[in-house]
Amino acid sequence: MAAALVAAGCLLTACGSSSSVGSGSGQSITLYNGQHVQTTESLVAGFEKATGIAVNVRNDDEDTLADQIVTEGPRSPADVIYTENSPALEYLQGKGLLAKVDASTLALTPTRYNSPEGDWAGVSARVSVLIYDPSLIANSQLPASVLQLANSRYKGELALAPGETDFQPIVTSVMRTYGTAAARRWLEGIKANAGSRSYPDNETIADEVNRGAAAFGVVNQYYWYRMRAELGASAMHSGISYFAAHDPGYVLDVSGAAVLKSSRHQAAAQRFLAFLLSKQGQEIIAHSISFEYPIASGVTTAQPETPFSQLQPNPITVRELGDGSAAIALLKQAGLL
Amino acid sequence: MTGNRTRHDLGRQDEIRRAEVTTTRVARTRQGVFGDMVPARRTAPPRILIGASGAVAAVLLAPLVFLLIEARGAGTGTIAHLIWRPLTASLLWNTVRLTVVVTALCAIIGTLAAWCVERTDLPGRRVWAVLVVIPFAIPDFVVSFGWASLATWVQGFRGAVLVMTLAVYPLVYLPVAASLRGADPGQEETARSLGLGRARTFVRVTLAQARGAILGGCVLVALVLLAEYGAFEILGYQTFTTEIFTEFQVSFNVPTACALSLVLVALSVVVLGGDTAARGRGRLARTGPLAQRMTRRHRLGRATLPVLAGFVALTGLALGVPLGASVYWIFEGGAHAISGVSLVYAGWHTALYGGVAAALATLLSLPVALLAVRRGGRGGRLLERSTYLVLAMPGLVIALALSYFAERYAGGFGYQSAPLLIVAYAILFFPLALVGVRASVAHAPVGLEEAARSLGQGRLAVLGRVTLPLVGPGLAAAFCLVFLAAVTELTATLILVPTGVQTLATQFWAYQQNLSYGQAAPFALVIILVAAAPGYVISRYFDRLPARATRPL
Repeated sequence: MAAALVAAGCLLTACGSSSSVGSGSGQSITLYNGQHVQTTESLVAGFEKATGIAVNVRNDDEDTLADQIVTEGPRSPADVIYTENSPALEYLQGKGLLAKVDASTLALTPTRYNSPEGDWAGVSARVSVLIYDPSLIANSQLPASVLQLANSRYKGELALAPGETDFQPIVTSVMRTYGTAAARRWLEGIKANAGSRSYPDNETIADEVNRGAAAFGVVNQYYWYRMRAELGASAMHSGISYFAAHDPGYVLDVSGAAVLKSSRHQAAAQRFLAFLLSKQGQEIIAHSISFEYPIASGVTTAQPETPFSQLQPNPITVRELGDGSAAIALLKQAGLL
Repeated sequence: MTGNRTRHDLGRQDEIRRAEVTTTRVARTRQGVFGDMVPARRTAPPRILIGASGAVAAVLLAPLVFLLIEARGAGTGTIAHLIWRPLTASLLWNTVRLTVVVTALCAIIGTLAAWCVERTDLPGRRVWAVLVVIPFAIPDFVVSFGWASLATWVQGFRGAVLVMTLAVYPLVYLPVAASLRGADPGQEETARSLGLGRARTFVRVTLAQARGAILGGCVLVALVLLAEYGAFEILGYQTFTTEIFTEFQVSFNVPTACALSLVLVALSVVVLGGDTAARGRGRLARTGPLAQRMTRRHRLGRATLPVLAGFVALTGLALGVPLGASVYWIFEGGAHAISGVSLVYAGWHTALYGGVAAALATLLSLPVALLAVRRGGRGGRLLERSTYLVLAMPGLVIALALSYFAERYAGGFGYQSAPLLIVAYAILFFPLALVGVRASVAHAPVGLEEAARSLGQGRLAVLGRVTLPLVGPGLAAAFCLVFLAAVTELTATLILVPTGVQTLATQFWAYQQNLSYGQAAPFALVIILVAAAPGYVISRYFDRLPARATRPL
């Protein structure tokens, strides 16, 4: 029996690693993917076809993956990490775990969406919006500024996902604009307004508001569009609305990718990043059902949503958004985490 | 091994056993988690058994060591701050009230269903005996997905109570049904003949007989609830376990996640301690397990229709909704390109990992079960109980612990490899294997082997002709229990699965998280299908557990 188990174990090991044996050029890289699975699948398929380099994809939450890379240290099997938001990349950048991205790749994306150190490159973007149920709250009654979310008139109407990675940039933005003390009072007000409507993530907020379980909440724009694509327009009982131009709650989140310093396949990993930002890669994002905005190589979204050029987000930079640790500390002080 | 052969052997052994019973007329008994009645022997256990059991327990408790190391790294100040923050109180309240309410509901539903199936003339009871158990095979996150995607009000506390009750009540049903079948009907008859009414006989005799089994089931339910993550994440209900995940995912903070897990471990010690205390009071002595005969079934009479309606409602809610939702979303979900990872590929890896892990867990549980059942004693029982702590530790914690040990002490050997994932499964679901193996070991008392030996059979012949046929079905049930749990495991899998491999659960989760119900649904359906077969085996096994009780001796 024990022998059989050992044999089975060997079989499994072989089985697990067989997929890492690349095809074509015989090369392969490992991608730690925190982005939405479907988008990454199309990008990986396009890259494998274009270069013959095989990609092993490991999917998980971006923070979990970043944590794993830190734990793995110099032995990390990852060559590339691809995340939905910049803080996870800034966190790894701060730990000195990222390699410099090729200058030619960085040049494909507007500088403000890249790491100031050139350690990671912006790939796509999303923007925060209000999702609301028109039968529960009129568009005109919605807050124009994120500060008003703490207004007691919204008690029992707000849906909140304090643990969602997309929420921390908003907290950081409010902290930078109004100071830490005011931001904390604001969070306490929000907490009181949300009451029991505290959810794990944006997907749940979008779902709950669309089902009429909450009047409104703050999510990134693409959740609403994807929900509409999934459920069909007839099943949509919600709409989206933007904060006032340049409001601290109107935040642009940048999704990015980086090559790990510990990677033993630097050249292939850099090629993957170059592909993400190439016209071909950006077109895949532009047509993807993820509804993210492509931001490189001059490609614009092919999906029916507000054009990227018409957005008027707060001017906060990726450097100012940082790794989100200050926002997390404040969320904890306010009893939201 | 064929059914005929087994039955034949069982028949022979029954003869031997009957002879044995006449010599040990009244055996002292005690009840295990599944309510089995075992003659307690007090001989010194062989060293090898103690050694093997100790080694298994050490492996199982390694994650606890990891928690202590990490929590120490966080510093007592941080931990105190973390535990005394306002959120902890609400998490504690959420966790405790859910555990109490769901455990109570499971106890009521599980016990009533078991009584109706085992002790009444319920029409179609053999079919119900299977249908009532199958929901256990459907992962909790698929049940909550089914409900949450169809009904608005299924969320928060209400939703969590509904979904978890429907997902885990079989953990009470299985042991109670087995125990009711094994219980001595003579006590009920005596009570009735002494003038006790039907209802009072039920409460004072029947329930008392099944008390050990009910308690055992409740412990499993409570422990499973403490560690549940996927279902609560979908339903938006915050417990200690979901907060541990938040701490880990949002804050890049393993030490604080570990400190919170220690609270969870403390809660599970309370559960296990409470169970021990409740068991301690009074014991029901009875004649040996063989002095049984066919129980006369209660006539339901006019209650037949309402009871039938109850069973239809229960299985409809627990089985029909998740199945229906999966089918619904396959047809109603948005149109999608075929995903890169095929169902077959994910299904194959899921079954492979689950199968090997189930074999390993069953093997590991043998020495512990033997020690606990055959040799009794405080030490053996303490060792056995301590292994149940694993059940309350979230898969994430076990996975982190294994990664930690692999990285720190083995130079990263085995990290993100199938063997390590399988070991994680075996640790996580060891208590389930133990439940099955323990029950079967209890039904192969050492006296039988001794009798066979004294009749001139060799050691190997005894193993092949006495022990294995008796223990075999229980091992199969243990295998199936672990297999089921491993097939539906999510959080440890996400951390430990080899890169590039998707299991059914991870793929379902990725799509569900994206609100891509149409793409998630086929994976849910395949999980249900993969889990249904072992679910059926388990229901059949527990249905026959004390096989002697179903036919007159």
